[in-house]
Amino acid sequence: MARVFFEGINKRFGDAYAVRDLTLEVQDEEFFVLLGPSGCGKTTALRIAAGLEEPSEGDIHIGDRLVTEVPAKDRDLAMVFQSYALYPHMSVYNNIAFGLRMRKHSKGEIDRLVRDAAATLGIDELLKRKPGQLSGGQRQRVALGRAIVRRPQVFLMDEPLSNLDSKMRVQMRAELIRLHRELGATFIYVTHDQVEAMTMGARVAVLNEGRLQQAGSPQEVYDRPENLFVAEFIGSPAMNLLDAEPVQVDGKAGVRAAGVDVTLPDALAKQLEASGASALVMGVRPEHLDLSVKEPAAAFKGKVDLVESLGSEQHVTVAIEGASVIARLAASEKIEHGTTFQLAVAPHHVQLFNASTKERIGP
Amino acid sequence: MSAAAPARRLLPRPVREFLVALPFLLPSMVLFGAFVFYPLGKSVYLGFFISNPFRTRQIYVGFEQYRDVLASSDFVSTLVVTGTFTLYTVVPALAIGTFLAIIANQKLPGIVIFRTIFSSTLAASVAISAVLWLVLLHPSIGVLNDMLGAVGIPAVNWLDDGGWAVGERATGWDLFAAWFIDPNWALISVSLATVWMNIGLFTIIVLAGLQTIPDELYESARIDGAGRWSEFWHVTLPMLSPTLFFASVVGMIFAFQSFGQIQILTQGGPADASNVLLYSIYQTGFEPPFRVGAASVQALALFVIMLGLTLAQFRLVGGKVFYR
Repeated sequence: MARVFFEGINKRFGDAYAVRDLTLEVQDEEFFVLLGPSGCGKTTALRIAAGLEEPSEGDIHIGDRLVTEVPAKDRDLAMVFQSYALYPHMSVYNNIAFGLRMRKHSKGEIDRLVRDAAATLGIDELLKRKPGQLSGGQRQRVALGRAIVRRPQVFLMDEPLSNLDSKMRVQMRAELIRLHRELGATFIYVTHDQVEAMTMGARVAVLNEGRLQQAGSPQEVYDRPENLFVAEFIGSPAMNLLDAEPVQVDGKAGVRAAGVDVTLPDALAKQLEASGASALVMGVRPEHLDLSVKEPAAAFKGKVDLVESLGSEQHVTVAIEGASVIARLAASEKIEHGTTFQLAVAPHHVQLFNASTKERIGP
Repeated sequence: MSAAAPARRLLPRPVREFLVALPFLLPSMVLFGAFVFYPLGKSVYLGFFISNPFRTRQIYVGFEQYRDVLASSDFVSTLVVTGTFTLYTVVPALAIGTFLAIIANQKLPGIVIFRTIFSSTLAASVAISAVLWLVLLHPSIGVLNDMLGAVGIPAVNWLDDGGWAVGERATGWDLFAAWFIDPNWALISVSLATVWMNIGLFTIIVLAGLQTIPDELYESARIDGAGRWSEFWHVTLPMLSPTLFFASVVGMIFAFQSFGQIQILTQGGPADASNVLLYSIYQTGFEPPFRVGAASVQALALFVIMLGLTLAQFRLVGGKVFYR
C-alpha cells in the first residue's frame, strides 16, 4: 500500500511561498499528475515527497508511514529527473546497478535485476555504453531503468519528457502508461504540458502560485474548471472568456456578453441567482462555438481576424464586439480572412465565473 | 572588385585560408617567437660553448658540455631533490586544496568569507610568503619550534638541516631511506612553505570543478541510497577527475619552476640539500663563475623533463580521467 498523502504542506524560501497549504491524497497505484505553469510549486511538492526538500510545515505520509523526517533513501521511492541525472562517468549498466549496489544486493542478483530492467525498457544493447554516447530517448530509458530496477512503491517523475523531441515524447508517453500498468506502483508525475497531463493522468492536480487549484480526473478538470485560472490553463486553444453581466432575456435568467444575450439553463440560472454575483466572466470552449446550432442558441457576429489551419481542423479568431474569440472548426469549412459571420453557442455549453472571486458558478 | 575576384581564385583554397589566418596569428607568433622560440634556440646554441663570465670569449666544445653536465653527480642529485620536492608539494597541496574546496562548497551563510580565506594564499607574493615562513621556521624565535617545545619535542633546525645524506653525496634510494632516520628538513621546510602558497590556487581550481557538478547527481545518489562517503567516492571524485588532473599538471609545473622560496629560505643549501633544478640553473648561470653554457644545458634538460612528464601524465592518467 503506497498512497502518498501531502498533509497541510507549506514550503517557504525566505519570504516567498513555493507551496502553500497543500493537502492532497494520491491513491495507491494511481497515475497522478501535478500540472501547472513554471514556478507554480509542482516540482517543490514532488521534491518534498522525495525527501530532497523539507517542508516548512506539514507532513508527508507514504503508505501508512509518516516520512516527513525519513531520509530520501529510506522512503522506498525512485525519482526520474528532468535532466535525467545519469552518472556520466558510469556505463549504463552501472548507472542502473548503482542503487542496488548501495543497498548491498548480491552480485548475481544485481546482474539479474539490471538485465530484467534493461529488457523491459529495450536497452539491453546499450548496457556497456556511457550516457554521453546515447540519444535523448535512450538516456530517458536509462533514467527509467535506474528507477524501476529497485521496484519501489512510488515513482516520482519531474518533467521527464520535456527534453525530448515531440515524436519521441509521444512514444515515451505511451511507454510510461504501459510501464505504470506493468509495475502497479504509484506514479506522481510533474509536468507543465497539459497534453501529458490529460493523456497520462488518472487524476490531475492543477497548481498555481503554490496553491492547489483543482484536483480531479482530466475530464472533470476540463469540463468543470473550478476557477478562472484552471479554465484558462487547461485546453488549447484556451477557453474563450468574456466579461458578462446578469440580464433577463424574455423573462428568463440570462447573461449578456459582448452585446449578445444568452439564456441560461435552469440549474445554472438558479446557481447564478444564489451566488448574487453581479460581475461575471462567461467561458465558452472553442469547440463549442459553431457555425450553426439546431437548438436555441445565442450567436456572436464578427469579422474573421486570423485562420490557423492544422490540417485536421482550423482555429479561427473572430473579432466580436469589444473582444475576440477563437473557434475550433472543421477543416472542410471554407473561411476567409476579413469575412463576417456568426458563431453560435448552445446555452448548456456556457460556463460562468464570478469576476471578483474568480470562482466557478454552476454545477 | 570584379577584376580581383578571378585573380584570387588562382590560389588554392587552403593557401587563401592561410593568408587570411596569418594576420590573426601574427601578434602571438611575434610574442612567442621573441620570448619562447628564440630563447629556446639560443639555449641550444649556448650549450655548445664554454665561455668566460661575460662571454667576451667562447670556445666551441660541441656535445662535450652536454655530456659533462648531464652525467655529473651534481645534476643527478639536483634531479632527485627536484623530484622529491615535486612529490612533497603537489600531493599534499592537492589533498588539502580538495578538502578545503569541499568544505567551502557547502551552502551556508557567510561561506564566501571562508572561500576568501581558503584561497587567500593565492594573493600573497612568493617573496612575502617566503619571508613569512622564514620567521615561522626560525630555529630560536620561530613559532613552529615554540609549538614543538610546548609538547616536549626538541627544536628542529628547519632550514639548516639537510639530513643524513648531506655531504655524503648519496642519491636516490639512500636519500629516501634516510628520511626516517634523519629527514631532509631543509627541503621539507621549503616544501611546507610551497604547499601553503599553492593551497589557495588549488582550492580555487577544485572549487570551480566542484561547482560544475550538477546537484541532481547528488540528489539522485541520495535517493539511490548513497551516504556521504559513497557520494564522494562515486560522484564527486570521478566528476572532479579532470579538474584534479589539471591541477596536478599545473602543480608539477609550479614545482619545477619554484625559485623565490628557495632563494629566500635556503639558497639551495645546506650542501645542495634543497637545490632544485631551476635554482641550480640560476646558480650555474648567474653566480660566479657564470657558466652560461652549462646553465643552458640544464635549462634544456628542464624543458625536456617537463615535456616528458606532462606527456606521460596525459598518457597514464589522461585516459582514466572522465571528461563530459
